[in-house]
Amino acid sequence: MNVLITEYLRINLDTEKWECRCCGNVHGSARDNYKRGLLVYDRDPSEIHKPLLDIKKYDRTYAPDPTWCRILEYYCPSCGVMVEAEYLPPGHPPVRDIELDIDSLKLQWKDREEVKELVSAPDLALQKVKLQREIHSKIHNHSHDGEHDHKNGKTL
Amino acid sequence: MHEVMSKEDQGLMDKFLADNTLFLGPDPEIMRNHQLTPRSAMEEEILQKGIDPHQVHHIRGLLNSALGESFTMVNQMGAAPGAKWGDLVTGIYTAQGDLSMIAPNGIIAFAACCFYPIRFIMKNWVNDPTVGVKEGDGFIHNDARYGGIHNTDQSMMIPLFYKGELICWLSTTIHEGENGACEPGGLPASAESKYDEGIKMSPFKVVENFELKRDLVTFLQNSVRDPRLQLEDMKVKLHAVLRLRERVLAILDQFGRDALVGTLRHHLEAVEIEMRRRISEMPDGTTRVVQFMDSSLRESALQKISCAITVKGDRMIMDFRGSAPQFLNRSVNANIASFKAALCTGLLQNIWPDLPHTMAVLSPIEIITDRNSILDAEGEMPQAMSLMPLFKGCVVWTIPMNKFNYSLPKRYSAVIASQYDQAATFIYGGLTQHGDITGNFCADINGNGQGARSDADGEHSISPVFGFMCDTGEHEISEEDTPIIRLGAQRLAKDRIGWGKYRAGMGYEQIATARGSGLWGFMTGCEGSKFPSAQGLFGGYSCPAYQLLKIKDINIFKELEKNPNVVEVFDIVKLMNEQPIPNATYSSNDMGMTFELCNEGEIYMICQGSGGGYGDVLERDPKLVMKDLSEDLMSHENAKDIYKVVYDETSLVVDELATLNLRASYRKERIARGKPFDQFCAEWVEPEPPVNLPYFGSWGDPKVIYGTHIGQRIVMDGDKLQGMFMLNPKDVKISQLQAKIKELEKSAKSN
Repeated sequence: MNVLITEYLRINLDTEKWECRCCGNVHGSARDNYKRGLLVYDRDPSEIHKPLLDIKKYDRTYAPDPTWCRILEYYCPSCGVMVEAEYLPPGHPPVRDIELDIDSLKLQWKDREEVKELVSAPDLALQKVKLQREIHSKIHNHSHDGEHDHKNGKTL
Repeated sequence: MHEVMSKEDQGLMDKFLADNTLFLGPDPEIMRNHQLTPRSAMEEEILQKGIDPHQVHHIRGLLNSALGESFTMVNQMGAAPGAKWGDLVTGIYTAQGDLSMIAPNGIIAFAACCFYPIRFIMKNWVNDPTVGVKEGDGFIHNDARYGGIHNTDQSMMIPLFYKGELICWLSTTIHEGENGACEPGGLPASAESKYDEGIKMSPFKVVENFELKRDLVTFLQNSVRDPRLQLEDMKVKLHAVLRLRERVLAILDQFGRDALVGTLRHHLEAVEIEMRRRISEMPDGTTRVVQFMDSSLRESALQKISCAITVKGDRMIMDFRGSAPQFLNRSVNANIASFKAALCTGLLQNIWPDLPHTMAVLSPIEIITDRNSILDAEGEMPQAMSLMPLFKGCVVWTIPMNKFNYSLPKRYSAVIASQYDQAATFIYGGLTQHGDITGNFCADINGNGQGARSDADGEHSISPVFGFMCDTGEHEISEEDTPIIRLGAQRLAKDRIGWGKYRAGMGYEQIATARGSGLWGFMTGCEGSKFPSAQGLFGGYSCPAYQLLKIKDINIFKELEKNPNVVEVFDIVKLMNEQPIPNATYSSNDMGMTFELCNEGEIYMICQGSGGGYGDVLERDPKLVMKDLSEDLMSHENAKDIYKVVYDETSLVVDELATLNLRASYRKERIARGKPFDQFCAEWVEPEPPVNLPYFGSWGDPKVIYGTHIGQRIVMDGDKLQGMFMLNPKDVKISQLQAKIKELEKSAKSN
């Protein structure tokens, strides 16, 4: 049985291995750090968050400072999917972000049915925001759907 | 060996100490305890008898309505900008002060803090003959050291008596803003000690016989820059909480004391049980995240927040040890009670929004910190801009909890990357066009972009990190009240996006100036100019860095009179790159700025930010990329370079095969350039932070903490942290310039 852990990682409970959800590559023991089975690249953050302001005119351009921040990109060695993008100061030890108790996990899933895709759930935070906007609109007698009748009102 | 005291002597000793306490400061026994108090005798008796669940449900509904009604009253009548746009709450507490319920649309964190001052009142004022707690009393409070998020928020708390017996407490809280601090607006980033923070109200009685005591109100008005606001909102809070009292009295008349007391307590205990049940559904283990804050709001300073969440059965432990040490003379410290309130808020906003909004959600969670860290600072530390670590506390759950919860067969809410977590708004102060002195903040703080979801892009400028319900305000109202003129507003910040398979919701640009004031100024309290703040999830990227841009030494109104076409469009990137206004001084700065005077027509520009992206950018549906292009959210350069889509720029028709091939070859490039993890670490990991980086917090070992104290790096044990004293940035600048002059003189002599 597989247990889905992230968008790109699962644990095979039978083999106790980390696996790639895209290509099935085995990344290593589920009792170990999954990152050890991946490839890592030290990315200059200004390649991803490119300068929007003229670098000849300004030091600060909306791009992160590469001497303060790097992006560690983790790739599956088989299919090249990017599993994680970890932002760290240069030279900072990568974080062991997931460390599960595999024996407990096996016990927990003993009586559960396998889940093959992420179980969907509503975005309750968004629902609450929308509900509040509706209440606000009623109070102020205007709409947030692009049209408005509040004499001074603006909409987002 | 000391002799054991007799019970009588011990009693005498306790009484002597209680009667002779010189200062009733923040009480660690209260402030460090975020858990529910044990049942009182009354609660125990009622719950032992058993309560009717249908009646509990009925009463809960009535309380919700009453809380909603009082919330709306404050929202409609409140004078503070924060009140107008939803930065408020009303709440009901047990007789012992445990927060049971809040208004459905209220700010969770405010109420999650109020139980501390109520517990303080119960402990110290009830039996004090000079104070006492009786029918018709009301207590005010704003100092976060006694409970609260920060000192801009003022609460009105009243005890509710029924047939002579204290049954519960009720409260209203508003982010008032102005509080007489060393900078206007109530959030003084330049505060170097707590004595720069303005008025610091410990909980005290300001209402007797349901009336405000005018002598005390006058004292408070005399202590802030906006005396009319102070009076008006004290009245608003009092009358809203009195309406709430009427509603609760009606419930008591209808259902009786046992039904109400039983409901309030049962509600708390039921939520705590549900929390433990949900925790036990999660896998056992530990997930970790590190966050970085890159500014003290006075200078660049990289501060780490380290969080490890451990689950074992129905226990959850949040371990923040290894985080940055407190600052002795910078305002970005938070006390532990405020930080826990932020955690409570974040859990309800980001992880389980369906749970009732009560303090009981946090009650079963164990929280470990290093004392004297930036999250658990001593009371003497300045903490006026505690929002910096508190906003991190709101979103700290998102990454580690999604790594726990992704697998679950039953989920309660969507998988979402981190929301943008900065207070990206203008704080202002000075003389208005009406001749009044004021200080406050703009409601743009409420427009943080949402993180991307596992199945959809994030929503733009959805809400603040601390509440679902706040609006971004009406600029026309603000322009009527203050000299602030919006030259640009609500324009989504193109290309400033947390990229991913699903992109984050974006923030918008804010371009402001002042007109019609003899003396006006702005400040901003934001981080993330060097190190991005909102984190991506599962391969999604973070948001970019953000800057504060200024166009100074001109008056835009005069420039527009001279040439109405001088500015084609108020777009930050265009303005800064094209520099269309002649003789202006253009600068790009850190997002943190202490109060600065703004001459008429000078321009200040910031952005609300994007959340974090979700998933691998190469998995983004090319149709969504085209949609972003058609909505002008991004440039062709990024569509091609980040998302690797092949398409026609004019028609936006995608060449699907070419895109597939390009993406496949890019995956091969990744494989070719990536290094195996162990090899990478051997080459990349440094034993300690780079010497030139002003770094605060642990590096590899969470027990070893680095800091910079009086200009020098020091290393401390995590359990023996000391405060960091920062040099005055102006002194640092002067000494740098002096060294430069010396160098120039030396080279002139040698020539």
